[in-house]
Amino acid sequence: MAERTIAAISTPSGEGGIGVIRISGSEAIRIADRVFKSASGKELTALSGYSALFGHVIHNDEIVDEAVATVFLAPKSYTGEDVCELSCHGGGYVTKAVLRAVLSAGATLAQPGEFTKRAFLNGKLDLTEAESVMGLIAAKSREELRLQLAAKMGRTSKEIADIESTLLELSADFAAYSDFPDEDLEELSPENFSRLLKKARQGLEGLISTYDSGRVLREGIKTAIVGKPNVGKSTLMNLLSKEERSIVTDVAGTTRDVIENTVNIGSITLILADTAGIRATEDLVEEVGVRLAKDRIGSSQLTLAVFDCSSPLDADDRDILTLLDPATTLVVLNKSDKGQMVSEADFTDFTTVLISAKQGSGADELEKAIANISGISRLDPAAAVLLSERQRDLATQALSAAVEAENLLNAGYTLDAVGVCVDEALTHLYTLDGKRVTNEVADEVFRRFCVGK
Amino acid sequence: MNYDAGKFDVAVIGAGHAGIEAALAAARLGQRTVMFCINLDSVGNMPCNPSIGGTAKGHLVRELDALGGEMGVAADKTTLQSRMLNLGKGPAVHSLRAQIDRKAYTALMKHTVELQENLILKQAEVVDLTKNKDGWHCITRLGADYTCKTVILATGTFLAGKIFVGEVNYSGGPDGLFAAQGLSAALERLNIPLRRFKTGTPARVLRSSIDFSKLEVQEGDKQIIPFSYRSEKAPENSVVCHISYTGDEVKEVILKNIHRSPLYSGVIEGVGPRYCPSIEDKIMRFADKKRHQLFIEPCGADTEEMYLQGMSSSLPEEVQIAIYHAIPGLENAQIMRNAYAIEYDCVDPIMLNHSLEFKDHKGLYGAGQFNGSSGYEEAAAQGLVAGINAARSNMGLEPLVLSRASSYIGTLIDDLVTKGCSDPYRMMTSRSEYRLLLRQDNADERMMPIGYEIGLIDEKTYMAFLDRKETKEREIYRLRHSTVAPSEKINARLEALGTTPLSTGIKLSELIKRPEVSYFDLAEFDPCRPDLPYEVCCKVETEIKYEGYIARQQAQVEDMLKLEKRKLPRDTDYSLIEGLRLEAREKLDRVRPESIGQASRISGVSPSDVSVLNIWLEKKRREEKQ
Repeated sequence: MAERTIAAISTPSGEGGIGVIRISGSEAIRIADRVFKSASGKELTALSGYSALFGHVIHNDEIVDEAVATVFLAPKSYTGEDVCELSCHGGGYVTKAVLRAVLSAGATLAQPGEFTKRAFLNGKLDLTEAESVMGLIAAKSREELRLQLAAKMGRTSKEIADIESTLLELSADFAAYSDFPDEDLEELSPENFSRLLKKARQGLEGLISTYDSGRVLREGIKTAIVGKPNVGKSTLMNLLSKEERSIVTDVAGTTRDVIENTVNIGSITLILADTAGIRATEDLVEEVGVRLAKDRIGSSQLTLAVFDCSSPLDADDRDILTLLDPATTLVVLNKSDKGQMVSEADFTDFTTVLISAKQGSGADELEKAIANISGISRLDPAAAVLLSERQRDLATQALSAAVEAENLLNAGYTLDAVGVCVDEALTHLYTLDGKRVTNEVADEVFRRFCVGK
Repeated sequence: MNYDAGKFDVAVIGAGHAGIEAALAAARLGQRTVMFCINLDSVGNMPCNPSIGGTAKGHLVRELDALGGEMGVAADKTTLQSRMLNLGKGPAVHSLRAQIDRKAYTALMKHTVELQENLILKQAEVVDLTKNKDGWHCITRLGADYTCKTVILATGTFLAGKIFVGEVNYSGGPDGLFAAQGLSAALERLNIPLRRFKTGTPARVLRSSIDFSKLEVQEGDKQIIPFSYRSEKAPENSVVCHISYTGDEVKEVILKNIHRSPLYSGVIEGVGPRYCPSIEDKIMRFADKKRHQLFIEPCGADTEEMYLQGMSSSLPEEVQIAIYHAIPGLENAQIMRNAYAIEYDCVDPIMLNHSLEFKDHKGLYGAGQFNGSSGYEEAAAQGLVAGINAARSNMGLEPLVLSRASSYIGTLIDDLVTKGCSDPYRMMTSRSEYRLLLRQDNADERMMPIGYEIGLIDEKTYMAFLDRKETKEREIYRLRHSTVAPSEKINARLEALGTTPLSTGIKLSELIKRPEVSYFDLAEFDPCRPDLPYEVCCKVETEIKYEGYIARQQAQVEDMLKLEKRKLPRDTDYSLIEGLRLEAREKLDRVRPESIGQASRISGVSPSDVSVLNIWLEKKRREEKQ
């Protein structure tokens, strides 16, 4: 049952230095041979795995690009099938042209994530790795890519494996303790039980805490731009978006609904929402906008509160301040070009940044301040990170079982109940990284303890 | 020349713990049954430890009993000493273990078999097994040809048995009996591949040669709970056991002679049980351990032979003597029977269905050590299931398949037929993911309705069970609806127990949930408490105290049952399923699992293979719908 051979551009779109077209399937090498002419005249089908040739991609008798063709033979490839990767010059036009050549030579276009799916089905990836690669496909920024690479390199898998081995040690302790009651097993001590449980619990907490920072990088930070009318919210939005997204006028109350846009500021992705100006109003339509803006503050991870620093704070400004949480708000003092009538002292507890959206000054400071307040600057991109909702969910269930086990142990419950919770935590983790609980506990008991008649 | 020895519904080869349960169950279900034994004085023999039960094994015996098996009844009648192990470690791991008078036990079992209607016991060695249109033929060494509808293989360690003592080895079965020859070749002719496992047993020594003054004493329990729900009277303790330890001297003797061990010199090819290492194995593998514990247990009321639990060995006899004499209390021990290792033929149990019938041989069943397990209790549990299923097959009924969630018996069989075993399989509580549900105290609730339905539990026993269950439920209801008010007296008591005093009234059930407080502690503050049997009180306390965790496990059971319900067709050609890894394909093809649930427990089948199977099953379902 031959699966069709697939191809796709496997580097992120945009102006990269190198673009890679990956071809995978039983026909991969032959298809590549049809479009690739090596400088040496050697054919790709003559290569052994893990080798490469330099040459040209030819389509309709014309040279499309210079390229390096790398051959991987099954099962030693990313997908576990025969794979040929054509590395050519980056940039949308060239890579697309090479892909077209490959498709016309007999490959079909890969569905999103299909390489990974094949790799997964061929047993080349465990679930954690597979999900990480899935996320990789949709990577939105450099920072995120680094994070996901770290997970793929097994960092997350390794951390999970460490927690698993702690729990397994515990479970084996319990098993030895209850299955071999007449044995003289000096290694078993309650202090050791609580130490190991604590270690596992802390490991899980650490792992789960990475999810939120991972999400920030994965999905972008939900950011609301708020302020009273006409302080320059839309100008700020446009400055950040580098395009005219919001309608900018001098008439207060122009933006009456919520406008969203995803923007990259350096390495950070923001899901920006420009909102209606917040003020006491009798206009019914405007009032709806004001209410939406207020709701938005509550549902956002980051609020950019814009104030006109060229005039003193008024009652509307002060009202807005009461809606804001200093921990997730960045006070943006706009219109610095028009003079400064307010000072940082008006915003105790808040982080402030001075800009002129109109003139584009203060943009670097703004970016830095956003990085600081969103926690991105504190994130070690090489650290393990849970990437998907499913992973977090399982880790959370494992944590809850581990916490339960710890509580039971401390409350003086018998070890059979504690053990059941430990096993449950272990099962969730094994599900997370796609392992199976088969005979691990029994094997561990026999490995570590001298038990039996 | 062979002669026609008659027609039977069920033949059982071997009369050990598996064979007895199989034969009794089949006969009791109305099947004309014949059971073969190499020596009739060894029916139900205990060639190793003179005890029944132990962790998880005790659970097996209780479940077996509630299904209508015999082991628990016989053990109760021949108990020398009984202990509930793991008290204080939680109800899930409480396990009953009893020292047994082994001669009394075999005599009783043999007599029970003899008295059983429909059952004939024969001293004979089956040397050939064939099948033709009339059914299976069991042919004995003397040429008797028994024609049978179904055959249960329960050959224990007899099948091509070989004894090892140091450099000496010879063909032989346990306890000086002879080995079963010929049958192995017959099985290979049926395309049933065999493999070698090994086990061992320690020496028996003369009681009067032991210096008990140097030994610790181990007493039985004050309050004894019998194994059997049918035993009207609890056994009484009549003996004590003793404990000693090996030290440096034993280690020295072993290290000096290890090259003479057949295991270390490579003469033994069979795989031994990891949980039951010989003393030389313990010393070699756990070199850092300062001492190893051993138990000295009486073999019976009418014998002076004492069993040295923990000291099995296959070293030469003179080295054994030196080792035993290096142990405090045994300096002058007279060895009556030497320790030995025994190697035997058995099968890889993944050739069997959950019914214990061979997948490729209709009417042929395996049970006990023949299936790769170890232990009297594991054997008996499989024997019962094989016997029931041989009978049900003959009667045209669906086989009895016990789920993992129902019992340790179900877990044992599922482990064997799904994962196979690479060394003799011993039951452990940690092998059950549902151990808070599968307690020894509720084996009757889990198994007796099944035993009753099958027809092995009589009306009277079943009614008594229903009565017991109702009493328990009524008491739990009462405790949930009775409030105790704070008083100086109860608060003083609670503080003494190390728990917080009351400031308002509280339900008695809530107080029992506190880990420090037991059901019995509250007697004086619970004036309406009925007078209930001790066992019922324990059960009431457990169910209240562990309510939350029991519910938690129940939820896991529901999850698993969903996967078990996704049935895989038996004739599935796994080589045609796209996306399965090669290893998974081979394993699935070998095991031929009955459900996605079982497939997911096969080692070598990864979650991605399981999702492929799920996708494939779904695809198939949709195609069939069209």
